[in-house]
Amino acid sequence: MSGGAEKTTGIGIWVEAIRRDRKATIGAVILALFVLLAVVGPFVAEDPDELVGVPLQPPSMQHWLGTTGQGQDVLAQLLVGSRTSLLIGFSVGISVVLIGALIGVTAGYFGGRIDALLTLLFNVFLVIPGLPLAIIIAAYLPAGPFTIMFVLIVTGWAWNARVLRAQTLAQRKRDFVFASVVAGESSFRIVTREILPTMTSLLVSQVIGGTVYAIGAQVGLEYLGLGDVSAFTWGTNLYWAQNDSALLTGAWWTFVPTGICVALVGFGLTMLNSGFDEITNPRLGLERSWRAYLLSKGRKPQRSTPVVLEGTRD
Amino acid sequence: MVYIFQRLAFYALAAWVALTLNFFLPRLMPGDPATALVARLQGRLAPGALEALRETFGLTDAPLISQYFMYLSHVLRGDFGISVAYFPAPVSEVIGTGLIWTIFLAGTAVLISFAIGTLLGVMAAWWRGSWLDTILPPSLVFLGAFPYFWLAMLALYALGFTLGWFPLGHAYGDDLTPGFNWLFLSDVVRHGALPIGTVVLATLGGWLLSMRNTMVSILGSDYVNLARAKGLPPSRVVLRYAARNALLPSVTGFGMALGFVLGGSLLTEIVFSYPGQGYLLVQAVRNQDYPLMQGIFLVITLAVLGANWLVDIVYLWLDPRTRESGG
Repeated sequence: MSGGAEKTTGIGIWVEAIRRDRKATIGAVILALFVLLAVVGPFVAEDPDELVGVPLQPPSMQHWLGTTGQGQDVLAQLLVGSRTSLLIGFSVGISVVLIGALIGVTAGYFGGRIDALLTLLFNVFLVIPGLPLAIIIAAYLPAGPFTIMFVLIVTGWAWNARVLRAQTLAQRKRDFVFASVVAGESSFRIVTREILPTMTSLLVSQVIGGTVYAIGAQVGLEYLGLGDVSAFTWGTNLYWAQNDSALLTGAWWTFVPTGICVALVGFGLTMLNSGFDEITNPRLGLERSWRAYLLSKGRKPQRSTPVVLEGTRD
Repeated sequence: MVYIFQRLAFYALAAWVALTLNFFLPRLMPGDPATALVARLQGRLAPGALEALRETFGLTDAPLISQYFMYLSHVLRGDFGISVAYFPAPVSEVIGTGLIWTIFLAGTAVLISFAIGTLLGVMAAWWRGSWLDTILPPSLVFLGAFPYFWLAMLALYALGFTLGWFPLGHAYGDDLTPGFNWLFLSDVVRHGALPIGTVVLATLGGWLLSMRNTMVSILGSDYVNLARAKGLPPSRVVLRYAARNALLPSVTGFGMALGFVLGGSLLTEIVFSYPGQGYLLVQAVRNQDYPLMQGIFLVITLAVLGANWLVDIVYLWLDPRTRESGG
């Protein structure tokens, strides 16, 4: 950070990180577009339930994305669906990180038997396949967005707990934590004021990863028919496309736009995340400025010491 | 060796958690869906079958603990109750018909994806800055952002429906009888190409990135530099020195990815009406066939746990350090 009048605290550092990284800028723009769509879309769209014309019409001036197998407007359903889908995505993304932080940090901070027990707990949840578990829980609950959110949180928190435990273990051994212990601070204060702030960027990147997971898994569950099939979300749109045999009648417009939206949101979030890597890993930033410096002197940058980029979440 | 048994104990514990979840879920859920199901089937099922169904859901007067042990003994004998959707076939029989196809589909897809992705990762790390390193990974990540089953829908539409290159569904042609002959096997491959291909495409990016990133850090390590300085041929340095060690995190990830990929491949099965667990699962959801759903959950979980254990054994073989500390 070059200091001076530049804001280096609070929101400023995040905005700066996004602005500086081309990938993050692209991601932020894509994401902003979809958030706008989710907020405004449902107000400007026509009634998604209304039968507006002949079923399975291809895209035309009148219906930009054609009509569904029931004769409803595909674009209207897409717009209305975006709000629920994104809302579920972000709330699950935030919830799994909160639960993961609670369990992971507790395990890492207190260690001993608590750690052994909690580690066992999240390892078991990690190894039990998530989708089948989500399905059997969702099948017993009333169909709807809250059920989907609930099952995605139940099956999604373990990964975050594991990563945050490891991070807490590393921080626990640092001098400033020992100093706080000696100073007589309470465990709660040490965790919330000393340890958690050092992980801010990791937490943000986990929320982003969790949201990507939630949107994908949500679409999958709803595609199976576990959502409220009379509501409009991206997943139920695909459910109806499959149910109306859109594929075997050649009606690509009933499922292609939805999938592209899901993927764009996921891609945008992943790109956004890469910009935050620099805050977590200052070496990446150093390497970038060093290369820029060499280029400005008219020299070709050599391969520098390799730095591991953060991979995508699997 | 101790390590292998520790892992086995862990998977046994996980299996027990899954079993117990399976037992308590129908008993704890609000609204009593099981009673509704039994009521719906009243008159359609023989009284004996209805009684068995009641027992499965705990709609008996027996105390919970004895129900629990009853349930455990049933499951251990492979008795998951009776399917509602495929009445009067027992769940174990219904699941048995589709298990081989799911294992074939998900197993082949995971192995192919892991092999190709890892290899591409090695190449991307070696030729850093080439198109393989700059263009391929982001495009694969973009592909990975699509839901698997949506890619499957697209592939089915474009390559199956429009171009007619691949069959539109099922695991083999209706006119063939399963057997170990060329005609049948080649037909299975032809039917499996699209579902397997889409899962591979969607998961390739993850393996590539994970391998590339570990390779990049290992290629800078001292022992690799020494191997290079000794004048060993690059192929030997890359494959025998760097790649073998860089494989370790990917192998660890392999176990975890299994469950995830399996979930995706279950959804892919539905797109292709592939006769595996995913297809059965959707039938179970549509017919509120709770015994079948829970049976599928258990069988899939056990399969994933078993596969994870195999991965642990492979890991042991790859990383001598675990052998020493565990032995």
